Amino acid sequence: MCRLAMKTASEPFSPFSVLQAMEAMQEGYDGSGLGLLLRGLKFADYKYNAADPILSGIAHSETALVRLDHIMDKAGFTLKYDHEYDVKKEMIEAQDRHKYVLRVYKKPAAWGKLSVQQVEHELMLNRLALRADGEAHGNDLTAFSLWPDVVMIKEVGWPLDIGLALGLDSGRITSRICMAQGRQNTNYGINLYACHPFFIQGVATMTNGENTAFIPIKDWLTGRAYPGYIGYQSDSEVFAHILHYVTKQLKLPLEAYKHVITPLKNEELAIHPQGDFLRGLRDACRRLIIDGPNAVIGTLPDETSMLVMDAKKMRPATVGGKPGEWAIASEMCGVDAMIPDRDRSKDFQPMREHTVIIPPDRQELQIWSQFDQLPIHQAA
Amino acid sequence: MVSVRSITNTPSSLTPNDLPWIIEHNEERCTLCGQCAAVCPVSTLKLAYMRKRMPHLVLSATERGSAYKTFVGIRQSTEIGKRCIGCGSCSLVCPNEAIQPVQNPGRDRFRFVNNQLGEPAKRGGRRNVPGASLLDRIIFDRISMLTDPALDAGRHEFSCNTLLGRVLPPEEYVRRKLAGEWIPPVREIFPFVIGSMSFGALSPNMWLGLLQGVAYCNEVLGIPVVMATGEGGCPPWVLRSPFLKYIILQIASGYFGWDEIIRAIPEMQCDPAAIEIKYGQGAKPGDGGLLMWFKVSKLIARLRGVPEGVDLPSPPVHQTLYSIEESVMKMIQTMSMAWNFRVPVYPKISGSTSAKSVLNNLVRNPYAGALMIDGIDGGTGAAYNISMDATGHPIAANVRECYLDLCAQGKQNEIPIFAAGGVGKNGNVTQNGMALIMLGASGVHMGKFIMQSAAGCLGTESNRCNVCNIGLCPKGITSQNPKLYRRLDPDQVAQRVAETFMSIRTEMKKIMAPLGRSQSLPIGMSDALGIDDKDVAERLNIRYVC
Repeated sequence: MCRLAMKTASEPFSPFSVLQAMEAMQEGYDGSGLGLLLRGLKFADYKYNAADPILSGIAHSETALVRLDHIMDKAGFTLKYDHEYDVKKEMIEAQDRHKYVLRVYKKPAAWGKLSVQQVEHELMLNRLALRADGEAHGNDLTAFSLWPDVVMIKEVGWPLDIGLALGLDSGRITSRICMAQGRQNTNYGINLYACHPFFIQGVATMTNGENTAFIPIKDWLTGRAYPGYIGYQSDSEVFAHILHYVTKQLKLPLEAYKHVITPLKNEELAIHPQGDFLRGLRDACRRLIIDGPNAVIGTLPDETSMLVMDAKKMRPATVGGKPGEWAIASEMCGVDAMIPDRDRSKDFQPMREHTVIIPPDRQELQIWSQFDQLPIHQAA
Repeated sequence: MVSVRSITNTPSSLTPNDLPWIIEHNEERCTLCGQCAAVCPVSTLKLAYMRKRMPHLVLSATERGSAYKTFVGIRQSTEIGKRCIGCGSCSLVCPNEAIQPVQNPGRDRFRFVNNQLGEPAKRGGRRNVPGASLLDRIIFDRISMLTDPALDAGRHEFSCNTLLGRVLPPEEYVRRKLAGEWIPPVREIFPFVIGSMSFGALSPNMWLGLLQGVAYCNEVLGIPVVMATGEGGCPPWVLRSPFLKYIILQIASGYFGWDEIIRAIPEMQCDPAAIEIKYGQGAKPGDGGLLMWFKVSKLIARLRGVPEGVDLPSPPVHQTLYSIEESVMKMIQTMSMAWNFRVPVYPKISGSTSAKSVLNNLVRNPYAGALMIDGIDGGTGAAYNISMDATGHPIAANVRECYLDLCAQGKQNEIPIFAAGGVGKNGNVTQNGMALIMLGASGVHMGKFIMQSAAGCLGTESNRCNVCNIGLCPKGITSQNPKLYRRLDPDQVAQRVAETFMSIRTEMKKIMAPLGRSQSLPIGMSDALGIDDKDVAERLNIRYVC
C-alpha cells in the first residue's frame, strides 16, 4: 500500500526530512517507487526567479537529451539554469538514467502577449510534447512537469536510497512544500509516470489506496478531449485531473472538489443551504464520484495544501503541526517524524465530510465541512 | 392393411404425440372430480367414457371370448386451437396428483400446421430460447482483495440508484445555474424498472398489485422503483393520485389512453416519473402494439376511448412522423411542454444496428431525456412468432456499442441508456441487470421477470403457456376476464413486488461490495466483467476469462 508524506512550511526545508518521514512509515510500502514534488523552491547554487518555468524529468540517453534541447529551443525557451544532481549511480536500480533533468528556463519571448491561461496551456502542451517525443522513441525521455516553481522527481527504489543517490541530503535544493509518496505497484505495470504525485498545470495530488471506480472516471475524463487528460498509468492519476477539472475548468472553489468526488447523500442535501445546486452538481459530475478507499493529498499553485478522504474513510491520514509548519501523512509516525515538536493533541484526522485546507500563509488549519456553506456565488 | 378412407386423416391431423405438450394422466389415481377439465384454459381436456376389451381364454362354446370394461378417462384434444399449452393448471387443481402436462421430448409436428387459414402463428410471452443467456454468462471478476479492504454488503451504505433524464455537462450546468436558466428534469430512480406493460395487456388486479407494490417500495422501503404503463393509458384515479410520480407514462403510435391523460393534466397532484415514447419494442420490431378483441373489456374500452370487443392494433410507426429528427422536434418537445419541461421524455426503440444513429440524434437535442433500447429477448402480449423468434438485435452488444459511442464523445453521463430484453429471463435478474449496467446501461427494464416473480406467470423458455394474447391467462395476469383475474390477489402481488425489489437490492450490494463499489452505481465499469468466450469478450470489449 502507498505511504504518503507532505510537509509545508514558511521557511524552505530539505526534502530529505520528508524522505526520513517516509522511512518511519517503511513497513507500508515495497520500494517499487518514489515520487517527490517540491514547490516554493530555493537553490543553494542559483538565485531562482519563481516565475520561471522548471522542467523536471529524466533523459535516458544522450540522444534523448539532445532531442529535449532541440524541442525546448524550437519552442523558444531559453535555458537559465541546469541543475546537476550529485548522482550516485550505483545506488539506483535502473541502469538507463542518463540525466535527471532539473532545468530552469526563461519563457519564450513570443508568450509576452498571451494571457495567464494561455501561458499555462502552452506550458502544458510543451510538457506533453516532450512526453510524446519520449514515448515515440521507446520511452527514452520522461517529462514530469514544466511549471514555475515546481520540481518533480520519480524513481524506482526505496525513498531514502533514492534521496541519497540524488544527493538530496546536501541541502542544495530546499522548498516550502514537499510531497512524497512511496508507491506499491499492485494494480498496473511498473512505469515512472505511474509514481505519485500526479501533476497537471500546477495542480498536484497523491493518494493511497486503490481507485475502484477508475475505468468509468478515466473514460469520462478522456472524453473531455482535453490534451492534459492522458496517461492513466496509475488509477490515482484521475484524482489530480478531477482537482484540475473542478478548479481550473469549472472554476469552482477548492471546497467543491469534495462535493464532486464524494457528494452528500440525498437526505443531507435536503437540509444543505445549497442542496439544490449541489444535487445538480452531483448529477452533472456523477462519473467523477470516487469509491475509495483513498486519502487524497493535494497542493495548488498558490501553495495551498489540502487533504480529503473518500466517503467510506477506509484509508488513514493525519494532519498536525504548528503555525508556519504543517505536515500531512498517511501514518501518525510520519507526522511525528516531520514535525516532532508540535502539540499532538491538536492533530486532526478528517472525517468523510472534511476538507483540510492549509492556506498559503500556513498560520492555521482550515477544517471545512461539506455541510458548511460553499463559498460560491449567491445564485448557486 | 385397412383402406385409407377408413382412417380420419387430413394434412393437418395430429395425434397427441405430435403436440408440444402431452397430457400424462394416471387413471388409477384419478378421482374423476373433473376439476382439471374445468380449469383448463384452452379446453384441451375432456372427460370421456372409454371402453376396453378384456380378453380371456374361453373353453366353453357357449361363452364369448372377450369381455369389455367401461371406464372414464381423459382425452386430450388434438385440435390446433385447443392443443395443450403446458400451463399445468390441471396439476395445480388435481387433488391426487393424477395429471400433468409433459413436454414432447421429440420435435412436435404442431409447428408445421399452426398456420390454418393462412394466418401465421402468433403468441404472447417470450422468445423461448432455453439455456443460459449471454447475460447469464457474464461474471464479475475484479475483486478488491488485499490491495484494499473489501466492502461489507451488510454493513456499508450503498448508493444503488441511477438517474433518468438529461444531465447537462458540468460546465453548462454551472453556467445555467448561476444564470438562473432551465435545468432539464432528472429523476433519481432504482435501476431496475418495471417495464412497459399496458393496462389492457395486464389485468386490473395485476396492474393494481404492481402499483401497490411500487408505492410500498418507495414509501416504506425507500427503494425508488418506477413502473412504465405501456401504451393504453392509466386509470383516471391513478392520474389524479400522488402515485403518478412512480409511473412512466407511455405514448405509442395508437395514442391509446392519451385523451384521458391530457384531460387529467390540470388535476394532477404530481408529475409522472417520465414519458416514454415507444417507437419499437424488442419482441416485435416494426410492429405496433396489439390488444386483441378478447381483452378489450368495458373498462379497457373506457380508458382507451374505443368500442368494446374490437382489436386494437397500433400502427407500426407513428403516422405523423417519418424521421428521428421530426420525432425529436415534434414529440419529445411537445411532451416536455405539456408538463412545462418538468418531466423527462425519452424514446424507446427496438434493439437494432441503427440504434447508434438514433442515439446520436438524441445527443444533439437538449430535450431528450434518455434512450431505452429493447433487445430481441424482450417479451410481449401478442406478436407473430416470426417477429419474436427471428427479428431484432440482442441487447448486450447494442448497449455496449451505444455506450462506447457516447464515451468517445464524452457524453456518457448526459444521455442515460436504459436496456431491456431478456433481463432475468432465467431468474438471474440482478446479475443480468448489473452486467448490462457495467456494459454501460444506466438501468434496465424487466417485464417477464416481474410477471413471474410477482404474480407467478407460468411461462418458461420452453414454450410453456404463452397465451397472453388470447386473454386466457390461467393466473389472471394478462386476462380481462373477471373469472380469471379474480384468481390474482392484488395484495399478494404487491407483497411479491416488495420482496422482489428487496432481494434485488441485496443482490446488488453483494455484487458491488467485492468490486469495492458503494458510492455510485458502477455504470460502465467494464473492467469488472469477464466472459468465457473470446469472441464475445472482444465484441463487448471486456475480459476473456477461463
